Amino acid sequence: MKKALTVAAFLLVAAFLVVAATTMRPFGEPSHSEMDDYFLVNCQTEVVANNVVTAVVFDYRGFDTLGEATVLFAAVVGVLALFRTVREDER
Amino acid sequence: MSSGMSVIVRTVTRFTYALIIVFGFYVIMHGHLTPGGGFQGGAVVASAFALALVAFGTAGLKGALNRHLLQSLEEVGALAFLGLAFAGVGTAFFYNILANSGSVFGGSDPAALASGGVLPLMNWAVGLKVMTGIASILIIMVIGARKEATE
Repeated sequence: MKKALTVAAFLLVAAFLVVAATTMRPFGEPSHSEMDDYFLVNCQTEVVANNVVTAVVFDYRGFDTLGEATVLFAAVVGVLALFRTVREDER
Repeated sequence: MSSGMSVIVRTVTRFTYALIIVFGFYVIMHGHLTPGGGFQGGAVVASAFALALVAFGTAGLKGALNRHLLQSLEEVGALAFLGLAFAGVGTAFFYNILANSGSVFGGSDPAALASGGVLPLMNWAVGLKVMTGIASILIIMVIGARKEATE
């Protein structure tokens, strides 16, 4: 029973990968680029910034940057928790 | 670790320390004009702190590079970033209220330094957060490693 379940899961994942590989778009030819074109056309008039990447990161997709800042904060808290036993050297 | 490295490394560090910090501030400041931004510039400035820690050991930690100041500044950066995000909440979270508003950062020339609405301010906030966050991680780990070594 357990072996049959394993084989079934393996076949399911393999079939998913094969289907995904066969229906993939050809490399370098995206057929849906409306959003890229929107950023490139409207960035200088909407955000008034020459760096489109910064405009996307801080304006259009600010949530992404908020998550990255949260990851950094979590890293600081994690390192602090790891070395927390140091008492006399605390500054 | 507290003794630092050889006199060659320390001399070169004295030359390059300020240059690295100035370059990092340049990357943060021009984040909305040239490649780079708050994260990248903050990491560059933090690498200067790492260089000073490696070259001089923990003896360089007596002055402004202490952990509580760095962590307070990190909170300031995070709160400034969130505050700028909440400033646009009348339209949408993270709405750029200053762009095209005609105020200081709201000009219509995308090549000017004071352009991009809240983008330069957010770059500074994130840059402050990243440089102080990475620097405090480094300092905590150096102090912890030295404690482990002396035990």
